[in-house]
Amino acid sequence: MKNFQYLLAAWIAVWVVFFFYQVSLSRRFSQLFDEVKRLKERLKDSTPD
Amino acid sequence: MHDAQRIFYFHVSSWVAMFVAFFVSVFGCFAYLTTRSQRYDWIGVAGAEVGLVCCTIGLITGPLWGKPAWGIWWTWDPRLTTTFVLWLLYLAYLLLRSMVEETEKRARISAVFGIFAFLDVPLVYVSNRFGRTQHPAPVFFGGPNAGVDPTMGKVLLLCLAAVVGVMTVLLLDRYRLERLRYEVGLLTSVIESRDLDKQSRTARERV
Repeated sequence: MKNFQYLLAAWIAVWVVFFFYQVSLSRRFSQLFDEVKRLKERLKDSTPD
Repeated sequence: MHDAQRIFYFHVSSWVAMFVAFFVSVFGCFAYLTTRSQRYDWIGVAGAEVGLVCCTIGLITGPLWGKPAWGIWWTWDPRLTTTFVLWLLYLAYLLLRSMVEETEKRARISAVFGIFAFLDVPLVYVSNRFGRTQHPAPVFFGGPNAGVDPTMGKVLLLCLAAVVGVMTVLLLDRYRLERLRYEVGLLTSVIESRDLDKQSRTARERV
């Protein structure tokens, strides 16, 4: 088990980077879905009478 | 090196995934400049961002492997330097995009800068093929002494398939995000113009 700490650190680093990128994508998606929801409400209000 | 040698499987796989992603990005950049179709701009940014993620993984796992193998975390040899420059270039690409508001202008500037950034990719590829570097000689297409043991080769192929698979999923997600952002932008402008029409009609009726 020599130098195992480097392997462990690399394994954790790979998952941390993927995890944070996935979280960042999810946050951007949810912001856009909120924007779509807001636009739908605005569209209802702005529909010509 | 002992256990640290196994970093090889993450490290090489992330570089291969990075090269694939940057190729996708530069394809998007060229196609956008040729056709002016927005979907190629989305391909360009998706490839650049996911490629940057893979490059980050490579730049983190490299020193973690380098320390037990070479006794140092980092050295400014041609392979490491060109790769670090590549990371900076694609980071600059994303920052540049975030600074331009207008859709067409942003896509055009990004496409040009994306092609410029990609010019470093061949440099990274050849950097340890000419002359001696601290970084080991290439494993793939590296001449008569290149290659790995067949058992290692099988594991590497499996890791490559996994990392490239994850990279493809992220690429598709990032493409969808950019398409949605574009559609939201269009919808916003349509609603704003309708609101303006309504306001001007109301004003005319009052007059």
